[in-house]
Amino acid sequence: MEEKITLKINGMPVEVKKGTKILEAAKVLHIDIPHLCYHPDQRVKARCRICSVEVVGKKRLLAACATECWDGMEVFTDTKVVRDTQRGILQLIMADHEENCLTCPRNGNCVLQHLCSRFNVLRPNLTHVAESIPVKTTNPSLVHDPEKCVKCGRCIRVCKDVQGIEAIGFAGRSTGLKVTTPYEEEFNKTDCVLCGQCTVVCPVGALVEKDDTDRVLDAIFDPDKTVIVQTAPSVRVALGDAFGLPDGSIVTKKMVSALRMIGFDKVFDTNYGADLTITEEAGELIDRLKNNKTMPMTTSCCPAWVNFMEKHYPDKIAHLSTTKSPMAIFSAIAKTQYAKQENIASKNVFSVAIMPCIAKKYEAKRQELTQNGLFDTDAVITTRGLIKLIKYIGIDFNNLPESEFDNPMGESTGAGAIFGATGGVMEAALRTAYEWMTDKPMPTLEYTPVRGFEGIKEAQVEIGGHNLKIAVVHTLKNAALIMDKLRDGKCDYDFIEVMACPGGCVGGGGQPVTTTFAATKERIKALYTIDRSSKLRKSHENPYLKKLYAEFLEAPGSETAHKLLHTHYHAREKEFDFSK
Amino acid sequence: MQKINYITENFGKYDVFSIDSYMNIGGFQSLQKAIDMEGEDIAAVLSDAGIKGRGGAEYPMGRKWSQARAVKRPHHCVICNADEGETCTFKDRELITNDPFNLIEAMVIAGWAVNAEDGYIYMRAEYSHLRPRLINAIKQAKERGFLGKNILGTGWDYDVHLYSGAGAYVCGEGTALIRSIEGKAGRPRMKPPFMKQSGLFARPTCINNVESLSIVPHLLHDAVPYMQAGTKESIGTKMVSVGGNVNKPGVYEVPFGITVRDIVYGLAGGIQEDHKIRLIQFGGASGKISDDRILDISYSYEDFAKNNLIIGSGSILVIDERTSVIDFLRYTQDFFLHESCGQCTPCREGNRHIRIFLEKIKNGTYTDEDIQTMKTFARVMPMSSLCGLGETAQNALKSAFDVFPEVFASKTQTEAVG
Repeated sequence: MEEKITLKINGMPVEVKKGTKILEAAKVLHIDIPHLCYHPDQRVKARCRICSVEVVGKKRLLAACATECWDGMEVFTDTKVVRDTQRGILQLIMADHEENCLTCPRNGNCVLQHLCSRFNVLRPNLTHVAESIPVKTTNPSLVHDPEKCVKCGRCIRVCKDVQGIEAIGFAGRSTGLKVTTPYEEEFNKTDCVLCGQCTVVCPVGALVEKDDTDRVLDAIFDPDKTVIVQTAPSVRVALGDAFGLPDGSIVTKKMVSALRMIGFDKVFDTNYGADLTITEEAGELIDRLKNNKTMPMTTSCCPAWVNFMEKHYPDKIAHLSTTKSPMAIFSAIAKTQYAKQENIASKNVFSVAIMPCIAKKYEAKRQELTQNGLFDTDAVITTRGLIKLIKYIGIDFNNLPESEFDNPMGESTGAGAIFGATGGVMEAALRTAYEWMTDKPMPTLEYTPVRGFEGIKEAQVEIGGHNLKIAVVHTLKNAALIMDKLRDGKCDYDFIEVMACPGGCVGGGGQPVTTTFAATKERIKALYTIDRSSKLRKSHENPYLKKLYAEFLEAPGSETAHKLLHTHYHAREKEFDFSK
Repeated sequence: MQKINYITENFGKYDVFSIDSYMNIGGFQSLQKAIDMEGEDIAAVLSDAGIKGRGGAEYPMGRKWSQARAVKRPHHCVICNADEGETCTFKDRELITNDPFNLIEAMVIAGWAVNAEDGYIYMRAEYSHLRPRLINAIKQAKERGFLGKNILGTGWDYDVHLYSGAGAYVCGEGTALIRSIEGKAGRPRMKPPFMKQSGLFARPTCINNVESLSIVPHLLHDAVPYMQAGTKESIGTKMVSVGGNVNKPGVYEVPFGITVRDIVYGLAGGIQEDHKIRLIQFGGASGKISDDRILDISYSYEDFAKNNLIIGSGSILVIDERTSVIDFLRYTQDFFLHESCGQCTPCREGNRHIRIFLEKIKNGTYTDEDIQTMKTFARVMPMSSLCGLGETAQNALKSAFDVFPEVFASKTQTEAVG
C-alpha cells in the first residue's frame, strides 16, 4: 500500500501520497500555485521560482514544484512575503520581456500573460531591460524569438528528455543566459528535426510555428483558386481543447462545418490519404518481404521522423518506406486525378492541409513532393492555426451544426483514423497486409499489442506462414535506440512504425498548447472510438480508393502508383556533428 | 598580541616538493593514526573541536563526515573545494602553496573516515600555477603507498584527482562544482538530492574546504593547542585573509576571540595613511558589512552572530573613507551581476535591477519608490533564489540598510533637512 501523509495548505488539511510535490498537493485543494517552468510531463527544473511558497519552520521560501510534502508540513501560498516574491518575480520577468502582447502569436493563451493578469502586474517600477535579439526564421516550420523567452527551460527538456535531440540548450551566464542552438546557428544547420514539441511546451511566444493562415485566407479570397482542405485524423480529437471541451472530445462534424464557414471550397479528409498510404505501404511491405529487399521497413508518414533519419541516420534511409505520407499522397491525387475529374487546372487547385504537426510545413516544401514545378501541398496549418481561423471568422464552435466531409476524398475507414495514434499505422497496415497475404481477414481487427503509451512495443504476427516481427516506437529518443540496434546489426524486426511525437500525432508539435500526456491518452482513446464506430475498418475496402485504383492507378505498386504515390529520401549533411 | 601557528605550523619547515622532507617533520603520521581509528571516531574528534566549514557555509564538519559515512550507497567520494572564489579570500592559496602534503594527507584521512574510493581537488582556474606542486604531492604520495591500492596494508584503495575550474565564482557552490568536474556547465542544481546522497557522478559525496581539511592532520597529531585556543563557542584558530586599505594585507592565523581591532590594526598594520575606516566586509562578497563600531567585538561565531555578521570564509575587507558606501555596493553588485549563473529568475534578473537602483542612488536620480522597490527585491532575491549565490548576493546591501541608513534616505526627508 502506498504511504499517505497529511499536510496543511493555508490551514486546510490534505492527504496525499508520499512523494507528492507541494504544487500537486495544492491542486487537490483546488489551489493553482503559479508556475512557469513546471510542466506535468517534465522533470523538475525549479528555475523560474515563481511557485515559491512559505513552509513553516523554513527560513527561505521553497519551490512548490520541487519540494516533496512531508507529514505535518504546513504550507502557506498566500502570505505577504509569498505574494511579494511571486509578484516580484513576475515583474522581473516582464522587465526583460518584449511586451508586444497585442501582436504576439500567443496573445490570449500565454502563461505569462495569464499570470500577469492574475497578479495585477501593471507597470512595475523596474527599468525595461529587454534587448533586441535576432529572430530565427529561416526554416518553413519554426520561429524562435528569444526576446520573448523566459528561460524556463521547458523546450530544452522536451528536446533532450523526450526527443533525445538536444538541438537547443542554455548558453551564457547571468543576464546573458539564453536558450539557443549550438553556435547560435539557424535550425536547419543543427540537429533539429522540426518536430515542434518545443512549441507545445513553450509557455510564451518564444518558440512558435510559422504562421501560414494568412496565405490560406489569401487563397480563399482569390476567385481563380479552388481551395480544398484536408484534415489529419488527430486534429478532430484535439480541436475541442480550445473551446473548453473535455480532453479527447470528437468534434469531426463541427470541424467540417467550421471549415466550410471559413470558406474552403471542398472539405476532405486526410484519412482518405491514410487509407491510400496503407494500401501502398502494405503492398510495399509484401514486396520487400517476398523479394528480399531492404528490411526492416520503417514507416515514413511522420515528417519529423523522416528528417531525423535523413539527418541522424543517413546511412539507413533505405529502410524508410517510399510510400508518401497521407498528406502528400492526398495532395498528389488532388493535383492530378481530382483536378482532372473536376476539370480544374492543377495550378488553380490550392491544397491546404490541417495538421497536428509543424514538420509537415517542412514536408510540404520538399522538392520531391512537387509536380511540374507546383507544390502538391500549398499550405500547411496546424491545429493551433485552425483554432485561430475559427476565432477570426467568429464562429461559435460549440453550437455549430454538424456536417459531413465532401466526396470522394472525404470517405475513409477506421484504419485511416487510427493513424494518429502510436501503433495505429502498424495496426492499419496489418489489417490490409494480413488479408492480402492470407486471403483471410485478421482474426481480430483490434490488434492490442501495438496499442498503448509504452515507448517501444514489440510483437510477432503469424501471417501466412510468415512470422512477422514488428516494433512500434514513439518519441525520437526511443527511435534512436532502435536505429542504433539496426546499425549494430542487432535489429531483427521486419516492420517498424515510428512516430516522433509522444503518443503519435495526437501529441504532435502542432497541437494546442494545452497538450499533455494525459490529454494525449484521451485523444488516443477517441481515435479508437472513431475506428470502432466506422462501417469500414480496412483501408483497402475504401470504395473510393477501389474506384481510384480501377480508373486511375491500376493497382497498388503499379507504375502510375509508383510515380505518384512514392517518394525518395536523401542524406542531409549536418553542419556540425557533435557525435564524434 | 597572541601569535599562533597551529594550522600553519608546517609553513616554511619543509620542501613542498619533497615528501621525504614532509615526512621528516612528522608528515603522514596522522594518517597512520587515522588508519587505526574508526571513521566515526575521527568525525567525533572534529565535532569535539567544533569545526565549522571554513569555505563560508559554516556547516559543522564532524556532523558532515558522520552523515557521509552513514550513507549506505557504494562508491563514496571526497571533494576538496579549492575554488576559493569569495572576494578578498586567499587563505586556501597559502595553505596549498606552503603545505601541499598536509592537504593530501588530509584528503586521505577524509577518504578513510567516510570510506571513499576517490578524492577530488577542485581548484580555481586562477591557481593553475599551484597545479605542479599538487600533482607532485599526489604522485609522491602514491609512490609511497599513501594513495593507490591497498593503502598502508589496509586493503583499502583510494586515489586523489586534481581538477581545475574555468573561473566561475558559482562553481564554489557544491552542486555547480560537481557539474563542472563532470564536464557540464557550472550551474547549481536544486537540492535534494543532497550531495551526501548523490553528488559527483551521482556518487555519495563529502565536500570540504581546503582549510577545514588542513586542520584535520594537525588535530589528530595533537589537538590540545587547538582546543586551548579560541573561545568557549568558537574553539581553535582561523585563517583570515585581510585586504583592502590596510598597510599589511595578507593571511594570518588567529585564535578565535581576538578582537577585530587586533587583526586590522595589529596584524594588518592599520589603515593606509591613517585614513578612517568606512566599512569592513567579512566573509567575502557574499558577506555582510559593518562600520568601525564593531572593531572591539571578538572575532568569533557567537559575537559575530550577535552583531549580524558572519565569519564565512574568514576574509576581512577593509574599505577606508576614500570609497563611499554606495560605490562599494555598486562594485559588489557588479561582481554578482557578472557571476550569477543566470538560470533562476530572482538571481539573474534581481542582480541587474538592484545594480540599476544603486546607480540611480549614486547619481541622485532615485525616487522614494525606487528605494522601496529595491528593498523589496533585496528581500525577494534571497528568499526565493535556487542556490546560495542568490541567497547571499544581497547580504552586503541588506546589512548596509541597517548600518548606513543615511545612504538610502528618503528624498523628501533629505530635501527637508538640506
